[in-house]
Amino acid sequence: MIDWSLITQYGDRFWDGTLITLQLVLAASLIGILLALPLSLARSSPRRRYWIPAYGYIYFFRGTPLLVQLFLLYYGLGQFEAVRASIFWPLLSDAEWCGLLGLTLNTTAYTAEILRGGIRAVPRGEVEAARAYGMSWWLLQRRIILPRALRIAWPAYGNEVILLLKGSALVSTIAVWDLMGETRSIFSRTYALEVFLFAGVIYFLLTFLFTRLFYFVERRINRYLVSY
Amino acid sequence: MFESLSFGDQGFGDELLAGALLTVELALVSLAVGLVLGLLTASGKLSKRRLPRWLAQGYTELVRGVPEMLVVLVVYFGASALLQTVAGWFGHEGYIEVNAFVAGVVALGLVFGAYSSEVFRGAFLAVPKGQIEAAIACGMSPWQVFHRIRMPQMWRFAIPGLGNLWMVLLKDTSLVSIVALDELLRWSKVAAETTKQPFLFYITAALIYLALTVVSDILRHRFETRANRGVPAHD
Repeated sequence: MIDWSLITQYGDRFWDGTLITLQLVLAASLIGILLALPLSLARSSPRRRYWIPAYGYIYFFRGTPLLVQLFLLYYGLGQFEAVRASIFWPLLSDAEWCGLLGLTLNTTAYTAEILRGGIRAVPRGEVEAARAYGMSWWLLQRRIILPRALRIAWPAYGNEVILLLKGSALVSTIAVWDLMGETRSIFSRTYALEVFLFAGVIYFLLTFLFTRLFYFVERRINRYLVSY
Repeated sequence: MFESLSFGDQGFGDELLAGALLTVELALVSLAVGLVLGLLTASGKLSKRRLPRWLAQGYTELVRGVPEMLVVLVVYFGASALLQTVAGWFGHEGYIEVNAFVAGVVALGLVFGAYSSEVFRGAFLAVPKGQIEAAIACGMSPWQVFHRIRMPQMWRFAIPGLGNLWMVLLKDTSLVSIVALDELLRWSKVAAETTKQPFLFYITAALIYLALTVVSDILRHRFETRANRGVPAHD
């Protein structure tokens, strides 16, 4: 019943799509975590001019669907003449760059909240001990808080990357040829449901791969703890 | 610029409102379906027999491993293919279109069920064993143990997790616009293309989703407070 010849016929398109999906997820998660670090520090700050903008950003991107965010960036920004005349337009009018931007902005908000949870969970005694040694704010963040917070937040961050991987399928709606984009295009030509099955298997394997990878890193960065 | 958001024939205000209502409706019906599926799956996972455990685990892993969008597409096109095959047996020929709302409910319900089964399982196990033993020692029947001891406390543990899943569900309803259900995002897209004001309509849609999130946040807080009444506050 399953038409396996579809694999040989469209195999390279599935492969190309998978590569684009992987590129998007890796780039968005790397840039996302770099942006999320300062954002989570701002969100944890007691000063209003830091935490209020950070809170607003996080609330907007976590409170609206990723699909709307992608439409807003790709179709929405073009409404303004000023945007179309700006130097960013070559990037913003390109579906792939726009998809990357959308995914990055979205995952940054979620990652910042995860990091904030990690920062809050750093044992107070460790922070007090570091202060007693006379560490400056920056040194304290760099040596004590961030390394600890990252370890604590790691499993939750792994979940976020999985969600990002699955969310990346949405870029196919703004004409990016990721795995889902290729899949939908092949389906609209063949009307063979197997196409979705193949895509499902690839996504499933990718999810599995990421889960394993994160678990491996988790064990490695926590080696010094007795229970590991 | 804003007249295109007005109500009536001139603007898309009333269409957006109808879309938003359909979004809420879709989310609520999917929630009901998803909760039932989640409870059933959780009881499967906690079963002593192997087959229900295996089925429940397989369903959860499967749904959690693929994008929600793929689930929506598979349900929509899969159901239509299935119906055509069945109709073919009875001599009906040709394309059968599946109702996008029903397909959306099934897809979102399946996703919610898979994730909520983990929440329910965790909540079930989080009720201290000593209390269950005490209840049995008091001579309660299994049903009494469930609805007097287990159930009220399960909710307390499950509500934060279910609240998060509800937020995800609410946002995932936008995926059903892909199979042309006239919910909020679909109407925004139509309006954006008709009026050539995409930013205006997509930011309006975003703000409506945001408003729904804010309302959900408030409700979740109320539910949590209510479920935790009688529990002494700590730190």
